[in-house]
Amino acid sequence: MAQPVKPAPEETSALSDKQPWPLWEVFVRSSRGLSHVHAGSLHAPDAEMAVRNARDLYTRRNEGVSLWVVPASAIVASDPDAKGEFFESPKGKDYRHATYYTKSEGVKHL
Amino acid sequence: MATQTDAGDQKLHAVPSAEDEAGQAYFDKIIAEDSRIEPADWMPEKYRKTLTRQMSQHAHSEIIGMQPEANWITRAPSLKRKAILMAKVQDEAGHGLYLYSATETLGTPRHVLNEQLMSGKAKYSSIFNYPANNWADMGAIGWLVDGAAIANQVPLCRASYGPYGRAMVRICKEESFHQRQGFEILLELANGTPAQKQMAQDAVNRFYAPALMMFGPTDTDSPNSQQSMAWNIKRFSNDELRSRFVGMIQEQVKVLGLTLPDDEIRYNEETGMWEHGELNWDEFYEVLAGRGPCNAQRMERRREAHENGAWVREAAAAYAAKKAQKAQVA
Amino acid sequence: MSGESATRITPGNALRPEDIAQQVTEGNKASEDVADYALRLGDDALILAQRLGWWISRAPELEEDVALGNIALDQIGHARSFLTYAGSAWGKSEDDLAYWRGESEFRSSYLVEQPNGDFGRTIARQLVIAAYQHELYSRLVDSQDETLAAIAAKAVKEVDYHRDHAEQWTVRLGDGTEESHRRIAAGFTSVWPYVQQLFEDDDLIDRLDGIAVRPSELRASFDAYIAAVFAEATLEVPDVQPAMTDKTRVKHSEHLGYLLAEMQVLAREHPGATW
Repeated sequence: MAQPVKPAPEETSALSDKQPWPLWEVFVRSSRGLSHVHAGSLHAPDAEMAVRNARDLYTRRNEGVSLWVVPASAIVASDPDAKGEFFESPKGKDYRHATYYTKSEGVKHL
Repeated sequence: MATQTDAGDQKLHAVPSAEDEAGQAYFDKIIAEDSRIEPADWMPEKYRKTLTRQMSQHAHSEIIGMQPEANWITRAPSLKRKAILMAKVQDEAGHGLYLYSATETLGTPRHVLNEQLMSGKAKYSSIFNYPANNWADMGAIGWLVDGAAIANQVPLCRASYGPYGRAMVRICKEESFHQRQGFEILLELANGTPAQKQMAQDAVNRFYAPALMMFGPTDTDSPNSQQSMAWNIKRFSNDELRSRFVGMIQEQVKVLGLTLPDDEIRYNEETGMWEHGELNWDEFYEVLAGRGPCNAQRMERRREAHENGAWVREAAAAYAAKKAQKAQVA
Repeated sequence: MSGESATRITPGNALRPEDIAQQVTEGNKASEDVADYALRLGDDALILAQRLGWWISRAPELEEDVALGNIALDQIGHARSFLTYAGSAWGKSEDDLAYWRGESEFRSSYLVEQPNGDFGRTIARQLVIAAYQHELYSRLVDSQDETLAAIAAKAVKEVDYHRDHAEQWTVRLGDGTEESHRRIAAGFTSVWPYVQQLFEDDDLIDRLDGIAVRPSELRASFDAYIAAVFAEATLEVPDVQPAMTDKTRVKHSEHLGYLLAEMQVLAREHPGATW
């Protein structure tokens, strides 16, 4: 997924309408009953145009029944530098998974 | 949080910091496991640069590549062909967009990439600097040019950089129709009137060699390939991919009842490679350097579209700013 | 296939030009009058698609290349369906009609023949034609002619989006910058003389009562819609007189000849060829 890209300093001082259109992340629900899944990104001047551009760009082949567009700058990601540490806790806790319980294997409807 | 622009500013230090060393170790591990690098990960500056260059070149090629085909939209000889061609050229804009957004995750915004294209600093595939002179070129471009592109792109679906691989998966899925429609244009012409058949043969003659050159210089002249293969960006060498492609098209051309303009095509039992006649690499480098028949024309048209659109982009941004301000006041 | 196609031509299905062609071969032929009417609708869609197709690779932003491409593709789809159906009256295919008729045999309106101009002018033309087509198709779905109704049922959904697209841009350009306001206003001024022709009735329309939509009946809702969009876009309805056109659509603007010369050149170099 695209990370938010900060405008370079010289651009922030320029007139707002000379700035490039902001970046939006696009999520597509491919059919009812499924989640919206990240499809890619695009540029658009505002939310209304973003959702229309997303329709034209990411659902040309019947790929979706619903769309989300989110300003890329609004996405908060987990700290990329933490990596292992952040996701360490669930490791070693196999008892959260059904496969941990081997003795009951073969018992019907369990 | 380290944004991509911050990461992009990290220059190679004379002495690597502890952070860089840990990052490098983690990066090496991911590559060794043939896993995927994602945007927020630490990555060597050269990896970032190589990918930015390759992916943006790829995006530029899609965008410039729209032009030779777009030229024929208004003249397509049947309404069905007109619709197919429009859909195809439109797909190319879409593919350019997928690739630009993947490239942006490396920290260079699209407008900067676009400036690099328009200033001539960035390259795009040389094939699009050849003219599309007759309708059969729409067939030859689909069959040979898109065919070569697909042969190049399928392995890229497994490229080590996640966003690149994902963009390629989407593109390859969509492009499968591009090659077929091209082949069918040629098939129709080859079975048509003598004038149509000649048109088809002429197109194949002109696009054959440039299409083979799309795989890049020979392995001996491709110094960057080794590093790209070590980084799992590239999976096969230029010559391997080219040979495989020659093997495919020498078979397909028989179905068309046309010939390839190369009487040195043969299968080498020993190496297991398809061999072909010598390619004119001088011409390749000439075109790459900007002296192809259409370089100037293609660039001018891209600049024109961009410049003519400036007032529209500014208006939309101004309107959005006005609306946002009103919403804040309310 | 033939068993299916009977059920396919019903409103609500994603009707394709091939389905119409299939129906035609099964004997579903348009009468001469219905064919003449279908030509008007088909030619408007075809000439518009031909104009819009030019923008692909030239739009103000790549996202807009894709958007205009989608609209052009929808229009060419409508054109193919209408022309296929029209051709059934004379044993002609969509391509016979698109490539082998001369200027005076076309039934397109002056509006769609107008050149693209800048993006503002294209959007102005788009808003007018999309608003008109939307009013038209949303009534044509009730036509006694099932084929026309079915084509309209598919088209109205697509045109709804075209209208929305033009509306979004009209508002942004109208209420954007000074320059964009000036350009979109100029765009509307240049296309406005050709609005009136879209809403004129003639003998053919009289003869097709219950089958064709009466154009004059669309004007009020068209005007109301335009007024609402213009209010938001801070635009005024241009103060220009309607041009002398032709309600029977036999006469055309000078632009059509150039457009056809380009569109038909290759097909006409190879009579009898298939592509």
